[in-house]
Amino acid sequence: MFDSLQAFLSSFLYDWLAILITLVLQAVAVILPIMLVVAWLTYAERKVIGYMQVRMGPNRVGPIGLLQPIADALKLMTKEVIFPAQSNRYLFILAPILAIAPAVAVWAVIPFSEGVVVTDLNAGILYVLAVSSILVYGTVVAGWASNSKYAFLGALRGSAQKISYEIAMGFALVTVLMIAGSMNLTEIVNGQQGGVWNWYLLPLLPMFFVYFISGLAETNRTPFDVIEGEAEIVAGFHVDYSGMTFGVFMLAEYAMMILISFMTSIMFLGGWLSPFEGIPVLESLFAWVPQLAWLSIKVAFLLFVFLWLRATFPRYRYDQLMRLGWKVLIPLTIVWVFVVGAMKYFSFGPWFN
Amino acid sequence: MTFEQFIFYLLAAIAAVSGLMMITVKNPVKAALWLVLAFISTAGVWITAQAEFLGLVLILVYVGAVMVLFLFVVMMLDINMAVLKEGFTKYLPLGAMAALAIFALMYMVLGPEHFGLDVTGTPDVKAADFSNTEAIAVPLYTVHVYAFVLAAVLLLVGIVAAIALTLRRRPTTEVLYQNIDKQVKTLAADRFRMVKMDAVKEQPIVEAGEEDKK
Repeated sequence: MFDSLQAFLSSFLYDWLAILITLVLQAVAVILPIMLVVAWLTYAERKVIGYMQVRMGPNRVGPIGLLQPIADALKLMTKEVIFPAQSNRYLFILAPILAIAPAVAVWAVIPFSEGVVVTDLNAGILYVLAVSSILVYGTVVAGWASNSKYAFLGALRGSAQKISYEIAMGFALVTVLMIAGSMNLTEIVNGQQGGVWNWYLLPLLPMFFVYFISGLAETNRTPFDVIEGEAEIVAGFHVDYSGMTFGVFMLAEYAMMILISFMTSIMFLGGWLSPFEGIPVLESLFAWVPQLAWLSIKVAFLLFVFLWLRATFPRYRYDQLMRLGWKVLIPLTIVWVFVVGAMKYFSFGPWFN
Repeated sequence: MTFEQFIFYLLAAIAAVSGLMMITVKNPVKAALWLVLAFISTAGVWITAQAEFLGLVLILVYVGAVMVLFLFVVMMLDINMAVLKEGFTKYLPLGAMAALAIFALMYMVLGPEHFGLDVTGTPDVKAADFSNTEAIAVPLYTVHVYAFVLAAVLLLVGIVAAIALTLRRRPTTEVLYQNIDKQVKTLAADRFRMVKMDAVKEQPIVEAGEEDKK
């Protein structure tokens, strides 16, 4: 669709302008739905946690509180942005931008169904890993520029925590690309064709958990949200942010949550593939379901797990958190790299044939 | 100008400007952030040259890990710029001479006569499905495998040395160490003991004075 649009535009515009317009339209087509999902994810979070704690959750704005995210967005946008007196003004503004830019840019390579992807990059996994590694700068710069001890402590915790869990995450991705033989996300999904038992979930079961736990740590969700830690350091790195500058940090956090869920379903849960593939009656019965629907169901479940964990677990103590990353997850991933190597050598199961 | 050229010149300009800013800006944290921008735009230039693996690894390793640790250290510095600038005029001639010498050396090796399409030839454009990752991996793990493994071992030695140098265990009389493994494996039974007790019935208190009256 976008190719024909670009061809149409370049018939009467400069070539580079036609490419630029198409790129911008593609970006909007991906970012806008993501931002809408983010808005109602905050609503879902408050509702889910509300019911888990035997409360109602938001129920005043609109029917059953459905317009709450819009009210929240309006409130944040109309609030005054306060600059702390001794803060570094440029970096104070730059920090939320540094937080949201990678969280948006990373969607460029995520496939939503077969062929529905902005850029079908060869090194898709590497791109996701590289771009999400930039995310930490938002936290670090925000904490430093605020010139506040609480924010600074949050930034220090954040930089150490994210680097630690990125290693485990990287190794988990290495096992995925060992088994798939490709770093292209579309090819990784297509490599899992042929039913639930062909998904990479089974041979990489420990890596599935490692990736998801590291994802929790990367997005600063409970039980790893020591960066915010409102009981000890007030609100951590964004304690001095107000109004939309604070809202942008929230947007980035939720966009990354959705991204981690997408990546987990693409790499371990067969992406857009139907779970009934290869089962005689059910396969034809559910053949009409669009690929995007299967992917959305998997992503929605993983997002629910994010919220579920938040309602269930208390916050980790910082040294315990570092121990989990360095002494449990990283050794486990290194061992599993060798296990997958052995599986490949012996052509184990349906995954290596 | 094609779109590709436009992207290249944009990224190259950003890289050059941020490199300059990195060495001229006074605040070390801002300098580190300019360096990050220089890395990212350089990675962009590499990606336009179809070396996507190198570009992404540059971002992953240098921007995502090395510079974060760098910032981590630099943020905590409390630098007194006045002390750092002491003797600036005294050492200026020597410094200027050294800078000139280094610039001359670099000009001889990296001067404009070594670059340009007439020297290097037009770079061959690879097909869209060309995998830069594979192009690097195959020689790395076949022809240069010994050098590669040797480099890895060298890095490992570096890690071990760094840990061995900084590792110190103080006596438990000075510092209280926490055994997290033990803490994590704690069961409810270790901390909480159910005790069976007889129910105690409250007795009305009879005062001593009332006893005497009877």
